[in-house]
Amino acid sequence: MMQLTLEFGGGLELLCESKKIHNVNVEPQNGSDKLIMKDLLAWVRTNLIKERPEMFMKGDTVRPGVLVLVNDCDWELSGQLNTSLEDKDVVVFISTLHGG
Amino acid sequence: MDETGAKPKRSGARLCCTCNQRRAALKRPKTLEQICRECFYDVFEEEIHQVIVTNQLFKPGERVALGASGGKDSTVLAYVLSKLNKKHNYGLDLFLLSVDEGITGYRDDSLETVKRNEIQYGLPLKIISYKDLYGWTMDEIVKVIGLKNNCTFCGVFRRQALDRGAAFLKVDKLVTGHNADDIAETVLLNILRGDIARLSRCTSITTGEDGPIPRCKPFKYTYEKEIVMYAYFKRLDYFSTECIYSPNAYRGFAREFIKDLERIRPRAILDIIKSGENFRISTTTKMPEQGTCERCGYISSQKWCKACVLLEGLNRGLPKLGIGKGRISVNDSEDRNGSDRGKSIASKQCGTLDF
Ligand SMILES: [Zn+2]
Ligand SMILES: [Zn+2]
Ligand SMILES: [Zn+2]
Repeated sequence: MMQLTLEFGGGLELLCESKKIHNVNVEPQNGSDKLIMKDLLAWVRTNLIKERPEMFMKGDTVRPGVLVLVNDCDWELSGQLNTSLEDKDVVVFISTLHGG
Repeated sequence: MDETGAKPKRSGARLCCTCNQRRAALKRPKTLEQICRECFYDVFEEEIHQVIVTNQLFKPGERVALGASGGKDSTVLAYVLSKLNKKHNYGLDLFLLSVDEGITGYRDDSLETVKRNEIQYGLPLKIISYKDLYGWTMDEIVKVIGLKNNCTFCGVFRRQALDRGAAFLKVDKLVTGHNADDIAETVLLNILRGDIARLSRCTSITTGEDGPIPRCKPFKYTYEKEIVMYAYFKRLDYFSTECIYSPNAYRGFAREFIKDLERIRPRAILDIIKSGENFRISTTTKMPEQGTCERCGYISSQKWCKACVLLEGLNRGLPKLGIGKGRISVNDSEDRNGSDRGKSIASKQCGTLDF
């Protein structure tokens, strides 16, 4: 069981009942011993996103225009979907698509 | 130190390509460089400074209003511009200028953000409202016309409201937070619509030099991703909810397309702006002659300006007046210039991005 802090911003919080910060426990998926971002996204979509999932995801990744940071580091530097997560990691999702 | 106390990612913790000392925090879409937070702040601000200097956007002593919506772009622009103004002694008097369209649950909340920005950045704020200017709030307009053409009103009214606010503040220039993604999107839309006049205008960093107040876009080459990253790392206070009256489907597709392209090839955004700049199409289309509106005195190529035509419709209970295929009845008899005729303003989806 892995304890993670997930933060939604830039309007994405509206998709999960206007709650910005979610402290969650997520289990590694598919019998694997580690959790990667790809699994976490699927988990978030199933468990946290309550409406308009297409604003958050496109295919098996985030919708273009949604920024992802793992421990305040752009996930484009850590392998995006393959970024592996550890206990107490902080994952931030920010939409760039709302408002100017 | 890390302001947020976030623990560094052990695996794949790469170093900044600029200072080679600190942990990289983001990948720059423009250059694909991995860069740390501090070096990112420097290069982000410096590039905007270079854009301002190279394009001679300001002269010392000028009064400049910042179109402030409370959203990410204008919030970051207010922060960066007041910082650069001090750092490089631009000698500018900066003001925040906000338009209150009268949209409950949207604009009232975002204006609260702007009011906080006023205090945070020490910039005087002027709010100009549709209600004061036109006698109607957007909420009231939508009640009459429904959700179909409201963006026509929104766009026409907002443009004029900003000009009037700028005149009230006696500023020399108005700056807006339009970023590179916005401009690429507008280039694309103008191509899709075959709107040659707007296509050649929409990439200009300064527009309206012939109008009452020139407008400029210091973020013309600044990626949306970097604006949002900057706001996030600096913990800037901005408001992010979509206008509840703005379905914007067509524009939405163009935006999505731009974002898809960016994912495959981040430079695409700058390339599209470049293509837009390179379209030098010689047309015989005369730009409409600018006169002033007989009713309110605002610049207009016709007898009445668009806002007055729309208002007349609202006040006479004929809200469709002025929307659609250019049948602007009050102006039909005395069209100052034929070239603007039949060009439906309803074809534009929303005023926020209108250049
Ligand atoms: Zn660095
Ligand atoms: Zn609108
Ligand atoms: Zn008028």
